[in-house]
Amino acid sequence: MTKTAPLIALVGNPNAGKSALFNTLTGARQKIANYPGVTVERKSGHFTLADGQPAELIDLPGSYSLDPTSPDEEITSNVITGRFDAERNPDAIVIVLDAANLDNHLRFALEVIALGRTVVVALNMMDLAERDGLTLDPAKLEEALGVPVVSTAAVRRKGLEELKVALDCQLSSKTEVEVVVVSKEHDHDLRKQAQNIAVQTIVSETAGKRWSERADAVFLHPIIGPFILLAILFVMFQAVFAWSEAPIGWIEDATEWIAAGVEANTAEGFIRDFLIEGAIAGVGSVVVFLPQILILFLFILLLEATGYMTRAAYIMDRLMAGVGLSGRSFIPLLSSFACAIPGIMATRSISDANDRLTTILIAPLMTCAARLPVYAIIIGAFIPARDVGGGVGLQGLILFGLYVFGIVGAMLAALILRRTVTAGPNAGFLMEMPKYQLPRIKDILIGLWQRAWIFLRRAGTIIFAATVVLWLLLTFPKVPEDSAMSQVDYSAAGRITNVIAPIMKPIGFDRDISLALIPAMAAREVAVAALATTYAIDAPDEEAEAKSLTERLQSRWSLPTALAFLAWFVFAPQCISTIAVTRRETNGWKWPMFMLGYLFALAYVAAGITYWTALALGL
Amino acid sequence: MIAITLDQLILNHSAEVTAIDWTLMSDAEGARLRALGLDEGVSVKKLHRGMFGSSDPIALKVGRMKIAVRQSHAMAITVQSVTVTA
Repeated sequence: MTKTAPLIALVGNPNAGKSALFNTLTGARQKIANYPGVTVERKSGHFTLADGQPAELIDLPGSYSLDPTSPDEEITSNVITGRFDAERNPDAIVIVLDAANLDNHLRFALEVIALGRTVVVALNMMDLAERDGLTLDPAKLEEALGVPVVSTAAVRRKGLEELKVALDCQLSSKTEVEVVVVSKEHDHDLRKQAQNIAVQTIVSETAGKRWSERADAVFLHPIIGPFILLAILFVMFQAVFAWSEAPIGWIEDATEWIAAGVEANTAEGFIRDFLIEGAIAGVGSVVVFLPQILILFLFILLLEATGYMTRAAYIMDRLMAGVGLSGRSFIPLLSSFACAIPGIMATRSISDANDRLTTILIAPLMTCAARLPVYAIIIGAFIPARDVGGGVGLQGLILFGLYVFGIVGAMLAALILRRTVTAGPNAGFLMEMPKYQLPRIKDILIGLWQRAWIFLRRAGTIIFAATVVLWLLLTFPKVPEDSAMSQVDYSAAGRITNVIAPIMKPIGFDRDISLALIPAMAAREVAVAALATTYAIDAPDEEAEAKSLTERLQSRWSLPTALAFLAWFVFAPQCISTIAVTRRETNGWKWPMFMLGYLFALAYVAAGITYWTALALGL
Repeated sequence: MIAITLDQLILNHSAEVTAIDWTLMSDAEGARLRALGLDEGVSVKKLHRGMFGSSDPIALKVGRMKIAVRQSHAMAITVQSVTVTA
């Protein structure tokens, strides 16, 4: 016996309440990491077994079968058959079943049990099954399956102790079982067997409340349904802007307060400049979007937890089919409005390889939160805050237009990609639509906390490093006192810019913009910080506040340039993390390089057209 | 009792799947269809159609599960109507 804590894997069909059980067992002490080589999130946590022994719990992606039909399912299948190199062979497996959906979920359970491993079955969501009018006999199920069965209701913390006792019992009596990759029984027989066992287990069944059906009569109504979805999306995007105003103010105040504190406590010189102009200003300009990202994710998590997200996918399927995708792509694309990274990772649930690849390639076109500060500052500086009638502001209208521009661009890109590089038979749309559920606050909060943490970690590492490197490149070498050149022109960054500036000139970008685009390769939002830093270093006096950035932009940029800059940001793939995640998800450099190429080409053309059209119109 | 394909089944009607032409889909799609409980011998009920009068996709009740499929797959599934309950 080894001293390491036993590893227990949680498996089950999607929508079996696996994550709720995981959250209830481990609490907030969870760790999300990536398996090396593949980007599958490894969600793990610790809990204490009935005998006081610590155990590690991993939450594996929901699966319908050990014969995988998506990258997600492949991981689950490989881990529980002990074929996954990056993971220890689990000491025990907990199969989570939805008590109200036994006939379907038992199929996968039977497959897992046939592996001959140490197994405990959690007959989960017993409370909901009872609400639906089902009475089950867990003892009958235990008898039929030949493995321990524990009734649980994760949300109400019921049956958890019993589950731990059963695990203890199974772990201690564990005989070395040889891992056999079963010759999979025919699906057909498996289903019949599952159905038979379900029939044996169900003691009585009365008509339940069927309120899930009634809700769908409205939400999936062929005419009302799409309007409800539109209304939900509208409220969501409104909330992203309206609710974030106050917290953004707090973050800005905090940044200033920290900068003032540093200024008061450090001697004038390199260190102080570095801390205030480089580190604090750079990271501060990125952390300001945390509220918007969290609000967007709050909505996405709620839509997912209630079961509505699959309805949204259903409603969107016809539209997505028009460009060769399916409703499945809607969920990752919606997440991409917060950030393309979780969006691209969410494509793992798409079974068709071409569908998935296309979705990954167009995900960066969804206007992510990182573009907002760029849009906000340019729109604020160049678009008059005028009412265009009906209480609609011109600034808001332009912002909305940029979102639409990105979506239309993505749809056109998908249409072309599906006929060329990702051509293939039109994949189907097969998806389970789970019953509606009340979301549990704890699950939502844990999800939000994880998103916030991932974002802050990014701000603290990649974005921090990029801003610091830019600051160093701009600050050194120091311009000689007697030189007529400005610090920016003389610096290392200024010299690099000399190379790319001629390429950007035809689309209306001057040297300062070209310069800002270099660090913005790391993350789009850095462009604002970069412009601020460039102008701050260039400024003779110490006034380098955000307000003066707007004024500086107004005095230095023409309107066509500003519009071209906006068009550029709709398409340009300026985010190292997105490229990195694409490389991992597609297992190679081919697709991220293709993504870089096609998006830069689009950005260049779009910015060019915008610039020259605006010039021709005399703007 | 006439055999029709699932795409022709009237809304809110139930039917029993009598045959599925697996050759009309890839192996992976077939496996997925079976994983979602659609197989020969099961009973299905058509619950919803597509949006704005579109025929795609359709929502079915299979066992205790509600699933979405497209017409292209429904056409491969032969069913026999069993009830005419609304």
